[in-house]
Amino acid sequence: MSIISVRDIHTQFDEKIVHKGLNLDINEGEIYGILGPSGCGKTTLLREMVLLQEFTHGNITILDKSLSNISQVNAQSLRRDWGVLFQAGALFSSLSIEENIALPLVEYTDLSLAMINEIVKFKINLVGLKSTDSKLYPSQISGGMKKKAGLARALAMDPKLLFLDEPTSGLDPISAREFDALILKLRDMLGLTVVMVSHDLRSIYDTLDRVAIIDEMKIAYEGTLSDVATSSSDFVKIFFK
Amino acid sequence: MASNLTYNLQGDKLSIKFSGELTLYTITTFQKQLQTISFKEVSLIALDLHELAYLDTAAAIFLIKLEEEYNTKSKKTRILCFNEKVLSTLELVKMQKTITNSEIKINDTKGLFLKSSIIKINKFFYGFLLFMEFFGKVSMTQLDYLKSLNNIRYKEIAFELNESAIKAIGIVALTSFLIGVVIAYQSAYQLKLYGANIFIVDMLGISILRELAPLITAIVIAGRSGSAFTAQIGAMKITQELDAMKTMGFDPFTFLVIPRIIALMIAMPLLIFIADIMGIFGGMIVSHIDLGISYELFLDRFREVVDVRHFFIGIIKGPFFAFLIASIGIYRGLIVKNDTQSIGLNTTKSVVESIFAVIVCDALFSIALTNLGI
Repeated sequence: MSIISVRDIHTQFDEKIVHKGLNLDINEGEIYGILGPSGCGKTTLLREMVLLQEFTHGNITILDKSLSNISQVNAQSLRRDWGVLFQAGALFSSLSIEENIALPLVEYTDLSLAMINEIVKFKINLVGLKSTDSKLYPSQISGGMKKKAGLARALAMDPKLLFLDEPTSGLDPISAREFDALILKLRDMLGLTVVMVSHDLRSIYDTLDRVAIIDEMKIAYEGTLSDVATSSSDFVKIFFK
Repeated sequence: MASNLTYNLQGDKLSIKFSGELTLYTITTFQKQLQTISFKEVSLIALDLHELAYLDTAAAIFLIKLEEEYNTKSKKTRILCFNEKVLSTLELVKMQKTITNSEIKINDTKGLFLKSSIIKINKFFYGFLLFMEFFGKVSMTQLDYLKSLNNIRYKEIAFELNESAIKAIGIVALTSFLIGVVIAYQSAYQLKLYGANIFIVDMLGISILRELAPLITAIVIAGRSGSAFTAQIGAMKITQELDAMKTMGFDPFTFLVIPRIIALMIAMPLLIFIADIMGIFGGMIVSHIDLGISYELFLDRFREVVDVRHFFIGIIKGPFFAFLIASIGIYRGLIVKNDTQSIGLNTTKSVVESIFAVIVCDALFSIALTNLGI
């Protein structure tokens, strides 16, 4: 069953056309990759999916809610159903790691502080951070830890959908493989649907179930990685050779 | 290894011989040397590279340009070389040159003035619209806020109050104290000439309460909190914290914008009150020392001649100034682009614009109140 469907998306900034009719479907429970050369609008598409940017024309449907002309109430409920991990973590710099993770719980639920603390501890362990790190501030931790903490925050509300923007970029190879393993583990444990933008070939082969490749403003290929050679796009030929 | 240039003129043949390592450090010296050669009778030029040990790409560009230059002066020029490495460097540069030459498109610069000024006006208008949009959002969120007391984020407001009011007390007090001293000191000299010593009380009372204390406070706060708002929010935008807030469903307006505006609107009148006290206190000390007006006399006279409305006019300006400073500072923070230069530019602009806006607002107050006879 498709959980996200993108239909005929056009995007234009001033005079620069980014997307010219994109169509894709993302099914429940899969890890879906959006790939393409730099500047092709992968991140833009991701930002359009999470309501950070408007598309010029077309429609995106997420969890049966259409994003064009979405009402405030629907948008708010969607935002609680997804978690987003930004490229550099985007932790709130004025809050410690545990406060960052606790924030959505404090704002959206009426849980007791003790309960929230328990949940935060669980999420910190889940993503592989040490509980002694939880009092540190974002400026005091490494890039890899920031990503893990950002992931823990994205998972705080137990979302159905997880969006990852280049999750392994800027990580050393060992941390990157760990992160891939973590994503796979989380998908199996929590039944998440994961949408990610990535450049990392290892990570692409290790984690992704299906991919969409954007090239020259259109979808050059959509499907499983094993059939990718059937595509005629130049980018695909060079990237996967 | 040093490099050398020697040349040899035989009839109409000129041979220029390079030897050693020709690199970007030696080009300029050679250029100067070559300019001294007179070419009048020369028709054949040979650039002899046989003894060249090494050629870098910058020097290769230099040689090719030299060849072109001589060719255009209708001298026959040839490059003589057997060294393969040198030849391949020359080849590489030539190849890049043909690529870049074919890519260059010449922009038509005529008629651009009109176009660029229209684009500028358009941009300015768009910027104005964006500010209005920001203004509208602030008002809408403010209305939402007032619907229920539960919506108000007391914690954030208290935090901002501490940041922009409590921590600013020292500097505001000191600045206004000094302004009081300076004004009193300058006017004491003039008043003494006329023997009108006691009128210093009227002068200080009205000028400080009505104009100086609110303005000085506003300027200090614009420099202090306005710039801080821009830099904080701008940095949050660059690190994608604002995006993260939006995807988590936390409206930046309720979390960041409104608490700051409300906090500053509460803080400003209180700071003006402190500035009033300190300004008058400074003036009082100078009057005592310089003009021999005792503190009792000063305060007696103050109560007699300075109407309480001057004090209220000064205080009432506070929230208006605060709203301008906070909203300009925050707006500038929100439109920061994704680079660090943009933070600096917008911080500068936020301070300049908010001080300007405060002075315009003060002028409007002045005109309105005078016409109303207050």
